[in-house]
Amino acid sequence: MPEITRDEVAHLADLARIDLSDAELDHLAPQLSVILESVASLSEVTSADVPPTSHALPLTNVFREDVVRPGLTAEQALAAAPASEQQRFMVPRILGDEQ
Amino acid sequence: MNAATLMGLDEVLATFDPALGLEVHVELNTNTKMFCGCPAVFGGEPNSQVCPTCLGLPGAMPVVNAKAVEAAIRIGLALNCEIAEWCRFARKNYFYPDMPKNFQTSQYDEPIAFEGYMDVTIEGDDGEPEVFRVEIERAHMEEDTGKSLHVGGATGRIHGADFSLVDYNRAGIPLIEIVTKPIQGAGAKAPAIAKAYVAQLRELILALGVSDARMDQGSIRADVNLSLAPKGADKLGTRTETKNVNSLRSVQRAVIHEMQRHGAILAGGGSILQETRHWHEDTGVTTSGREKSDADDYRYFPEPDLVPVAPSREWVEELRATLPENPTEKRARLQIEWGFSDLDMRDTVGAGALGLVEETIAAGAAPQAARKWWLGELARRSNEDGVEIGALGVTPADVARVQALVEAKTINDKLARSVFEGIIAGEGTPDEVIEKRGLAMVSDDGALSAAVEAAIEANPDVADKIRDGKVAAAGALIGAVMKEMRGQADAGRVRELIIEKLT
Repeated sequence: MPEITRDEVAHLADLARIDLSDAELDHLAPQLSVILESVASLSEVTSADVPPTSHALPLTNVFREDVVRPGLTAEQALAAAPASEQQRFMVPRILGDEQ
Repeated sequence: MNAATLMGLDEVLATFDPALGLEVHVELNTNTKMFCGCPAVFGGEPNSQVCPTCLGLPGAMPVVNAKAVEAAIRIGLALNCEIAEWCRFARKNYFYPDMPKNFQTSQYDEPIAFEGYMDVTIEGDDGEPEVFRVEIERAHMEEDTGKSLHVGGATGRIHGADFSLVDYNRAGIPLIEIVTKPIQGAGAKAPAIAKAYVAQLRELILALGVSDARMDQGSIRADVNLSLAPKGADKLGTRTETKNVNSLRSVQRAVIHEMQRHGAILAGGGSILQETRHWHEDTGVTTSGREKSDADDYRYFPEPDLVPVAPSREWVEELRATLPENPTEKRARLQIEWGFSDLDMRDTVGAGALGLVEETIAAGAAPQAARKWWLGELARRSNEDGVEIGALGVTPADVARVQALVEAKTINDKLARSVFEGIIAGEGTPDEVIEKRGLAMVSDDGALSAAVEAAIEANPDVADKIRDGKVAAAGALIGAVMKEMRGQADAGRVRELIIEKLT
């Protein structure tokens, strides 16, 4: 298991929009490495013929009919918004670009 | 915005091989959103079609819309794809206010449909149709994002805005993203292939009835990937992705523009930055967007809140049986049935009138008559009014009825135009418009006869010429009679009466 580098942690923090100081990066990088190592130890007990599990339930095809159901009114939807204008959620200036 | 330096297209083609990739997003016309029961219709009041699920409120759980899965499978089958026996949704993580969950529910390495193709017809060098096979890599299910309104700064632009206002009505509307494999070896035909692919895909989507397929309203959106490699190189060059190209013509223009821009940069010793680019419809250029994130940066992982989709083979076969005739094959069949020339057919398709002409013929009109009205008078009105031809308010049944009335000599072509005017103005059916406007031709020979005699009397010189056998001179008298009858006479019958009286 390769160690997670300080640069990788900085990159992940950036992607997750978490502002980490240099000291925090120094502190977190080795900790994350330990966590990854612990998780990696699982691979020692599984063999290649055990498929990875993503869902706890052995279900497939849980669907909904294409029928409209009542949702929220705009007023309800905006009730918890920190700010709204023109019946829309108001968000601070967007610096990045659309995804 | 600095204008990019461009290389002449011929020079680009002499030096480089273009590789093209198209990603097309199709917004489905389901009643409800992909993962919740909110209405998926267009144009509602802001934030009036939302619920805890599509707003990403804590604890809300998504459930997949069966109809959207069905549409995805049908699109996949129509594109000759394999349909996954088992696939999952995945979270595509990013922070942007158009998705309040901070991720988009999509599919990653397990698309519902994969490995297909579409045969695209373009005009070959000899002017004959040439078929080019576009390989489809995948078609996957995902959800649309909300709509942002950028306020302040340069109007409507994200850069320099003071704040943004977000409407989540569109967030969660089902999308199918269709991705081609890199299209190589197209050379000079790359721009035409790009356009023809999107056009044919749009027709296919319309034939499947799974989307409104309106590029101008964004229910079909194309992203154009382009790269250049030195001629003969076996490696692809670095690509750019031009987002949201929203007309067929622009797909072609965007490909040409990027070929010329890449060419100039590469020939100048520069390198292409892998990035997304914005298309500017007005100026026909692209400008830099953001640097393209690696897929890794989206930290995709299987969506734990949605169980896998495992379409049974029986279901897939049932859906295969519902596929409409392939539009390209259907067009070839109709052209033969209708006896249209290639040009007739191209014009009909180009005017967006193929379906209308087809229905008009089904309603009893002769093919050439149906074509004449839709591509003549009605196409003219559609252009003048800036309204799609199908949205003029004239139905195929109306056109068939007008043609039948012309053939029955109740009206003539000129009066028919007036009838269409009335229908477009909302005055009712063809028969109602004729009644209200008093457009029926005078079929009473007595009235016609009197008008003919008046015309002869008023134009003795012309009458003498006809008496002397110069029948061609009758035109002047016919004109006079038609004027007298305010156009509401059968010119053929008028001519007969004139000749009867003077010879």
